[in-house]
Amino acid sequence: MHEAGITRTIIDTAVEAVEEEGGTRINQIDVTVGELTDFVDDALQFAFEAMKADTIASDAVLVISRLPARSRCVMPECTTEFEHGRFDIECPKCGNPFNELVQGRELRIDRIDFD
Amino acid sequence: MEIDLGKSILGRNEELARENRRLFDSAGVFVLDVLASPGAGKTSTILATIAALRDRYRIAVVEGDIASKVDAEKVRAHGIPAVQINTGGACHLESDMVRRAVDTLDLGELDLVILENVGNLVCPTEFDLGQHARVMILSVPEGHDKPYKYPNIFQIAEVVILNKVDTMPMFDFDEADFRDVMRRLNPAAPIFPMAATKGEGVEKWATWLAARIEGVRAR
Ligand SMILES: Nc1nc2c(ncn2[C@@H]2O[C@H](COP(=O)(O)OP(=O)(O)OP(=O)(O)O)[C@@H](O)[C@H]2O)c(=O)[nH]1
Ligand SMILES: [Mg+2]
Ligand SMILES: [Zn+2]
Ligand SMILES: [Zn+2]
Repeated sequence: MHEAGITRTIIDTAVEAVEEEGGTRINQIDVTVGELTDFVDDALQFAFEAMKADTIASDAVLVISRLPARSRCVMPECTTEFEHGRFDIECPKCGNPFNELVQGRELRIDRIDFD
Repeated sequence: MEIDLGKSILGRNEELARENRRLFDSAGVFVLDVLASPGAGKTSTILATIAALRDRYRIAVVEGDIASKVDAEKVRAHGIPAVQINTGGACHLESDMVRRAVDTLDLGELDLVILENVGNLVCPTEFDLGQHARVMILSVPEGHDKPYKYPNIFQIAEVVILNKVDTMPMFDFDEADFRDVMRRLNPAAPIFPMAATKGEGVEKWATWLAARIEGVRAR
């Protein structure tokens, strides 16, 4: 839905970081997207293609890695960490449904390759 | 060459949200973010909450809408301060908008600030505003299967209101199924059935909210 705004931020942040290093051309931007966010890869790519023109990222590729959701069981005698989808988030070991999310909602720029 | 950035893309908003939360905490003001589809009953629930709590707490409302100020006017008609944010096309509130709005209020004279987010079940989940709690309102006519379609918003909410329960006879809303999927998505969230415009079920919700307000005031 707001992939356009997010993509703008990705490009602006990358351009700023690279220019600070004296770079003039961005080749690749690696981002990580958690499975529990509502960001869709295709929509991000589409927005990236549209917005990168006329910037030093005009020839860059956007590489998206997705991180699965992980939670930790809050029962002190258990504390199992496990991967899960959006539904049925209960501890596979003890069945406790109250867990603490440790991964899955991130949206992060990891690496920028530039000249 | 390479830069290892490791930077959250929502970082700026998250920073401002933390600042907002510090500001609210130090003023002892509880901030509630209200999420729902357009027309689910956000404004009606806010008015019912005001009616239930205005004798005990000093309340103000921040209205987020893409355009217009009709919701803020509805709140002001009840003698409650309301600030209208027109997001100018943005489909969700962000922390800087909330900050500009609350800066026009006297936080020292308030106990509760209610934020009516833009009617949208997708974007608001990604934007922390510095609120203390988020309430998700589902209305009966929208159907009991909404959480299957928009799981994220039902997952990040701390509490859920099932509104327009007076219309149950007109719709095939399966409350047992709704509660079942909520147990799977977000078992810690209490669910309060309500008919906001009829004042039905408001008491229990107001009791829950009052306990949370006391928690922030006690700090
Ligand atoms: N029958 C019934 N109607 C309700 C109830 N709550 C709200 N409504 C009606 O639903 C319509 C929308 O209510 P609002 O409170 O304006 O909804 P909203 O979510 O603030 O709407 P937007 O701000 O436009 O997104 C109005 O016509 C209300 O009178 C309820 O409990 N029962
Ligand atoms: Mg409204
Ligand atoms: Zn366990
Ligand atoms: Zn949005």
